[in-house]
Amino acid sequence: MKQFKGRVVTPGEVTAEAVVTTEGFNTLASLQMALQFGDKEVKCGDQSNKQLYGKPLLGKALCLPQTIGSTTGGLVLYCACSMKKNPACMLFANHIDSLAAAGAVLADVWVDGVTMPVIDSLGDEFLNYVKDGMKITVKPDGIVEVE
Amino acid sequence: MILTKEQRAILDGEKGETLAKVMKTLVMYGDAFEAEKLVPITSKYNHLVTSFGLKVMSPVYDLMQQLLDAGVCSEQKFSVDPRPLDKNVPANFLQNLVFNKFMYTKQDFYEDQLEKLGLMDKNAFSCTCYMDELGNVPQKGEVLSWAESSAVVYANSVLGARCNRNSGILDIMGSIVGYVPYFGLLTDEGRKATWVVKVQTTKKPEAQLLGSAIGMKVMEDVPYVVGLDKWIGTQLNDSAKAYLKDFGAATASNGAVGLYHIENLTPEAVELGKALIAEGANEYIIDDAELERVKNNYPVIWKNPDASPKLCFVGCPHLSLEQLKDWTVKIEESLKKNGKKKVTVNTVLTAAPAVLEAFNKTDYAQRLKAAGVITSYICPLMYMNNPLCKKMPVITSSNKLRTYTSARYYTDGEILNAITGGKN
Repeated sequence: MKQFKGRVVTPGEVTAEAVVTTEGFNTLASLQMALQFGDKEVKCGDQSNKQLYGKPLLGKALCLPQTIGSTTGGLVLYCACSMKKNPACMLFANHIDSLAAAGAVLADVWVDGVTMPVIDSLGDEFLNYVKDGMKITVKPDGIVEVE
Repeated sequence: MILTKEQRAILDGEKGETLAKVMKTLVMYGDAFEAEKLVPITSKYNHLVTSFGLKVMSPVYDLMQQLLDAGVCSEQKFSVDPRPLDKNVPANFLQNLVFNKFMYTKQDFYEDQLEKLGLMDKNAFSCTCYMDELGNVPQKGEVLSWAESSAVVYANSVLGARCNRNSGILDIMGSIVGYVPYFGLLTDEGRKATWVVKVQTTKKPEAQLLGSAIGMKVMEDVPYVVGLDKWIGTQLNDSAKAYLKDFGAATASNGAVGLYHIENLTPEAVELGKALIAEGANEYIIDDAELERVKNNYPVIWKNPDASPKLCFVGCPHLSLEQLKDWTVKIEESLKKNGKKKVTVNTVLTAAPAVLEAFNKTDYAQRLKAAGVITSYICPLMYMNNPLCKKMPVITSSNKLRTYTSARYYTDGEILNAITGGKN
C-alpha cells in the first residue's frame, strides 16, 4: 500500500477500483454517448484514448492527469453527477483544469445527495504507480491510499 | 478570495438564495485556482456553449429554469453554439426519428429558455460568433465569460481578449453576476508561453493537423509558435484568420489549449515578441514526419475501414465567408478536372446563419448548389452524436469532429479529391 497526498477540491471519502489514463481525459468524448443512450456501466466512448476506450467508468476511481477538450466538459460532468452516472472520485496528478473544476463545483453546489470527491496535485509519481484494478481509498484530508 | 462589499452581500444572500448560489459557484471555482479576486466582465456580449436541447441534458435545463424562476438573468446578451438540427442535411427515416423523437426533444423548450435568458437574436447560433457577420467580436484586452473551446482560443489568441476556458453553465453564471475569477489566461503571467513550437515543414502545414499535434503535446499550456508566419504571412487578413480558427479549434479539442501565440502574427506576439516566452519553456519541433506520425496515429473506428464515404462535413468550426467562396472554386475546378458535374459524396459545408445569408447574396452560392453541395448552419458534432452515425462512414477535414465522433479525418486536399471523384 502506498499513500499520496493531494489537495482537496471537493471533499468526501470513498473506496473504489482504479481506472487509469495517463493521457488527458476528454470529458465530452468519454461520457456523452454513455449518458445519452443509457449505458449502465458508463463505458468510455473516447476513441482517441486507447487506455480508457470501452472501459466502465461508473463508480470507479478515475485517475488522470487532467481533462481536455470541449468546454461542455464541466456541464457534462455536472449532468453525470445529477444522473448518478459519475465516477466515484476523480484523482488528478496535475493541478485541476478549469473544466473539471467547473463540473466538480457545479455538482457540489447544485446537486443534492451526490458526493464525488475530487483531489488534485497528486503528482506524476501517483499516475506512474497506480494501475487499473487497484483499490483506492480517498480520505477527507486529501490522502489517497493505493493498494 | 477577497470580495468587494457588493460581491460579499450577494454571496451572503442579500439578493436572494439563487444568486447567492451562483456567486458561491464562482467563488469556489476561483478558489480552485487560488484566484485572489473577481474582476468585471468588460465585453459587450457573452457566448454560451450549450445550444442543444438534448433530453439527456435535463439537469442543465432544470438549472436554467431555476435561474429564470428566480429572475437572475444577465443584462449581457449572448450568442450560442450552433443548432443541432437542420432539415437540409441528409438524414434517413430512422435518423430523423432518433433526432426528433428521442434525442433533441428539448430543443424548442431550451431555445425558449435562451431567448428569455438574453439571446442576441434568434439566429445567433454559431461556434464562430466572432465573425463580422454575426457581430460578437470582442476587443483586445476585454475580459470575457465565454465558453466554447474553439471560440475561447480564437478570442484569446487572434483578438487578444482575455478569457479562461470556462465550462458551459459557468459561462452564463459569470455573466449574471458580472464578474469572473481572476486567474490563468486573464493574467499577464498566465499568458506567457511554456512551450516553443518550431514549425520546420517543407510546405504549408494543414491547419487542423498542426493544431492537433500541438494540442496533444502541450495539453493546456500556452505555445509560442515560430516559423508558421513563413506559410501564413504576418498580416491578420481573412485567410490567416480562417487558418488560425481551424488551427486553434484543433489545439483546443485535441488538447486543452486556450491561448497560443504565433510569432510576428497574433497581437501579443507582435507586441511583445519572445518576451512572452516563460523561462525554462519546453521545445517541440514539428516537421513533415511528425505531422505524418500524428495523422497515422488517428484510430479508424468505422465498422468497415474500406467503406466508401456516405457523407462529408466541412466546417467544424463553422466556415468563414472567404472559406465558403474558396471551397466553391476548389470544388468547381476539381469536378471539371475529374469530368464530373456534381459531388460524388453527399457534402455539407457549415457556417453561421449570418455568414450563409451573406454567402447566399453572392453568385458563389448558386455555383456551389449547382455542384450538388449543401450548406447548413448545423453543428456537425451534434448531428453525429448518436449510434446510428457511428455505423455510417462520414469523412471530414475537421480534427474536432474526428475527436468527438466516428468521422474520419482527411486533409482538405484529400477531402476535395474524395468528394469530386478524384483519386487519393
